Amino acid sequence: METTTTEPGASRLPAAEAGRKARPVRAGARGGRLRGLVTIALFLLPGLVLFCLLVVAPILVAFYTSTFKWSGLGGPPTEFVGLDNFTRLFANEVFLGDLWHGAVLIALSVVVQLPLALGIALLLNQRLRGRAFYRLVFFAPYILSEAITAVLFTMILSPDQGLANQILGFFGLDGLEWFADQSTVLIALFLVMTWKYFGFHVIIYLAGRQGIPKELTEAAQIDGASGWKVFRFVTLPLLGPTIRISVFLSVIGAIQLFDLVWIITEGGPTHSSETMAVTMFEFGFNRFQVGYASAISVVMFLISLVFALAYQRFVLRRDLEGATTVMRDQR
Amino acid sequence: MNGRRGPANPVIPGRLRGLSLHLVVLVIAAFVVVPLLYGVLGGFKDTGQLSTNPFGLPSPWVPENYTDVIMSASFWRQLGNSTFIAIVTTVIVVGVSAMAAFVFARFAFRGREFLFTLFAAGLMFPFAVAILPLFVLLRTFGLLDNPFGVILPQAAFGLPMTIVILRGFFRAIPGELEEAATLDGCGAFGFFWRILLPMARPAIATVSVLAVVASWNNFMLPLVVFNDPNWWTIPLGVQRFQGQHASETARILAYIVLAMIPALGFYAVAERHLIGGLTAGAMKG
Repeated sequence: METTTTEPGASRLPAAEAGRKARPVRAGARGGRLRGLVTIALFLLPGLVLFCLLVVAPILVAFYTSTFKWSGLGGPPTEFVGLDNFTRLFANEVFLGDLWHGAVLIALSVVVQLPLALGIALLLNQRLRGRAFYRLVFFAPYILSEAITAVLFTMILSPDQGLANQILGFFGLDGLEWFADQSTVLIALFLVMTWKYFGFHVIIYLAGRQGIPKELTEAAQIDGASGWKVFRFVTLPLLGPTIRISVFLSVIGAIQLFDLVWIITEGGPTHSSETMAVTMFEFGFNRFQVGYASAISVVMFLISLVFALAYQRFVLRRDLEGATTVMRDQR
Repeated sequence: MNGRRGPANPVIPGRLRGLSLHLVVLVIAAFVVVPLLYGVLGGFKDTGQLSTNPFGLPSPWVPENYTDVIMSASFWRQLGNSTFIAIVTTVIVVGVSAMAAFVFARFAFRGREFLFTLFAAGLMFPFAVAILPLFVLLRTFGLLDNPFGVILPQAAFGLPMTIVILRGFFRAIPGELEEAATLDGCGAFGFFWRILLPMARPAIATVSVLAVVASWNNFMLPLVVFNDPNWWTIPLGVQRFQGQHASETARILAYIVLAMIPALGFYAVAERHLIGGLTAGAMKG
């Protein structure tokens, strides 16, 4: 994926050299090789211990406990149930709803939020007074915590005296129920997600756009291409790697969505905004069905993994190809 | 960048086009700013004013919402907790990652690619996947209601991103430098500590800023670890404050506006590192 940085080859060369040269130099003295290994172990150990103990092991344990009926209290699980939790899960309407809500939010992000971010990034890339200021503004929500965002929009989209309904009323329109209505809750949630995250995508697109050499768009203009054609046939294809990354991050983000939903609706009304993480949390920490909740964790893990691998394999392949050939050339 | 020469599209008169584009940007900027402004001004109103006078300036201005929060010990307590947890998390994750990234960038050894891939794979897994076993583990070690119950898992989950970014920077430092240092009698640790780290200062700043922001905004982990209000962090405090004062909109607005200030201030100071780090992370992730 490193092809997407501006100078893919430049940063690799010295590194490859370093990798090749570092060892012979240090291995000059007798026992140098052993000393090298000890150094490697010492430097790597803290990270490895922390990572294995607190990331890898818990994920493996989640796989283990997902095959038990377990309350999470009083000693390790004993009541082995095989894949029962999973069959229950996929027969459960709430969980199927979670999958559906995730799909809806992903679709909305890709169809509405990302094009909006791309448009804004291209506008900001042009001569525009106050460009730096706008960039600062668009990105500001991204650094606010989900908790603050969630509480702020609970107030703004409140059905009785929230700002949004006051504005609608100002234009003579009826107010909406927003988070309180099953038919609007996902849209309202998406509105909040757009407010919070689209600035991040703007920033990525801006960085990608600035990596496109000026000569290319200029050449197209000199050849008589209209603004739209320059965008369609020069800018957009060259932004391909950036767009694919931004889609990837949106999808992974949607699979994991928890904070906003938990604070604003807790998944309601009647599960209509519930996500996988919310269902998992509800069963794991409120209903003490840790085995069943672990099964949800496992499914989240597998969906993320399969998606990431498939995406790398099929969508990002072109972007990675350049990187691997560069590496091969230098070996 | 490329627009410096003037408008590219000859079909629509340049002036008009520029104006309409500017209008679009302005509308989107309003979409971002109005909620924040509503929060700031709403905090100076009372709840009655919020429904009768939602758009105008407060009249009269009611500073009590803000002063009440500023006077409350719990707000400062949460601020202190968030700060402490963010700083310790950052020191641990950056220190440990720098050591690992050094090995991944500058040594050739069997299993290097496998180990690096293992760390990099961690990029896509959230707390949510591991939170239940993590909770049981922390309970077993007595780390519930203990700041390290949040700090250590946060540091562990921060490793992938930090290692990936730092490794890229470390690889870019010329090999000749290391040879020269070795010839001058500098061991691996000396090179790491006295040459590599000082040279990578911009990269260290970038990953530190990312770690601070991630820790500051973390919600799920403090939610399960901290039962004792004395340990609540700002996000947790914000959520609980809303729960306790559900009907007093103006007070909640004042609370979240004050809770925003440290993050926005940090953003103003560290904007370049933050944006540079996020784009680097996104491109390499």
